[in-house]
Amino acid sequence: MVHQYKLNGYNIVLDTCSGSVHTVDDVAYDIIEAYKNSSEQEIISAVTAKYSDITENDVTECLEDIKYLEQAGKLFSEDKYENLAYEYKNNTNVIKALCLHVAHTCNLNCSYCFASQGKYQGDRALMSFEVGKQAFDFLIANSGTRRNLEVDFFGGEPLMNWDVVKQLVAYARSVEKEAGKNFRFTLTTNGMLIDDEIIEFLNKEMSNVVLSLDGRKEVHDKFRVDYAGKGSYEKIVPLFKRLVDSRNGKDYYMRGTFTHHNVDFTKDIFHMADLGFTELSMEPVVCSPDDPCALTQEDLPKVKEQYEILAKEMIKRKKEGRPFTFYHYMLDLKNGPCIYKRITGCGSGTEYMAVTPWGELFPCHQFVGDEKYSLGDIWNGVKNTEAQDKFRKCNAYARKECKDCWAKLYCSGGCAANAYHATGDINGIYEYGCELFKKRIECAVMMQVAESEEN
Amino acid sequence: MSRIKTIETKNITETVKNGGCGECQTSCQSACKTSCGVANQKCENTKK
Repeated sequence: MVHQYKLNGYNIVLDTCSGSVHTVDDVAYDIIEAYKNSSEQEIISAVTAKYSDITENDVTECLEDIKYLEQAGKLFSEDKYENLAYEYKNNTNVIKALCLHVAHTCNLNCSYCFASQGKYQGDRALMSFEVGKQAFDFLIANSGTRRNLEVDFFGGEPLMNWDVVKQLVAYARSVEKEAGKNFRFTLTTNGMLIDDEIIEFLNKEMSNVVLSLDGRKEVHDKFRVDYAGKGSYEKIVPLFKRLVDSRNGKDYYMRGTFTHHNVDFTKDIFHMADLGFTELSMEPVVCSPDDPCALTQEDLPKVKEQYEILAKEMIKRKKEGRPFTFYHYMLDLKNGPCIYKRITGCGSGTEYMAVTPWGELFPCHQFVGDEKYSLGDIWNGVKNTEAQDKFRKCNAYARKECKDCWAKLYCSGGCAANAYHATGDINGIYEYGCELFKKRIECAVMMQVAESEEN
Repeated sequence: MSRIKTIETKNITETVKNGGCGECQTSCQSACKTSCGVANQKCENTKK
């Protein structure tokens, strides 16, 4: 499938099924656009009429180039992957990642929290070491030949159960070699409890830390407040800086959430960058459409424009020698994911699951608390195979609306939780999210094109 | 080609043969937690 667009002065043509990216001049752009729907003679007439300095020979030459690329499988390449998506997931039955909910409680009281202040619509709870240990044993036992296993210590606020986190890391390290596994840990924190001992441990053991910061003080403190209503910005920013400064190149993300109240969220990203943080992620809020902080239809064009502003500013800052990365713009066109990764979805409910403090399994952290999607537990494994099968069938081809979408090999069918919350069906379409996703990919590819032109 | 420049990219079609090892990171696990995107994931296949 071909997708072509103009952005930041570049004419970009994506051949999505081969992964090819082309930059073209205006003439080639028009010819490619017409190539499948018009005869050569019609194209020649239209193009020579539109461009006074273009001859019939020029158009013919360009048509030859397009034919060459088509034959080389780099333009108008066929989509032959649909069956692979179902076959791969049906034949693969391993779990490789767990989101461990070590604390269903939080020391902040953020009203926009999808996890209802860490409680996930339930009671406050902390995971015991015994439950966590069983989760690791369950993961190892169900991971087949996969070597790299990921565990995210999540909440609520995982630092509220710090001793158990440390014990679980020690346990995992004590068994990984013999099991032939390599654990990669992530911890997602609001920062309130960070101290030097925690920093040292996180920087030694966690291959990634996700640090929640929404950007400008007034934006951050609008939602991210303690139970007395006091904003957390002043407390956490110095702690995050200490943590990041001593991280020695290991991964981290400053991760923010933007809402209807800060549609100009690039100001928050630039604020993070100006604070000295360089690995940045900023996500649209996940909430009910009637929530006052929900993004609106009127916000949509503004948000799209923000993504363009972000991409242009990142190009500028890179040239100035002060680059930063944005999670969704980190495209690696030469060493990106294989086709199986691109078509099989995010893996929720099959290779990725969330574990509650009491050992219950859910397809992912966003389904925790929704009993329909309780899959089973870490002692007895998945028992709700009906629900799991629905997730097994989630892939880039599962939704009819995706059939003609150019972006499906970039999003792999989208987030099942977002689809469920928007439509009541994990195979539904969260159109708003699709619009934003497509814009982000267009910007990300444009940045790659800009870099290649620069070189 | 005077009017078309092709940027060097991974040929996705080729990965039908040697892809699918599954050693890569789970898509939303370690950063966004709220959206599925696979395009920005690194390939970790050591046997390709």
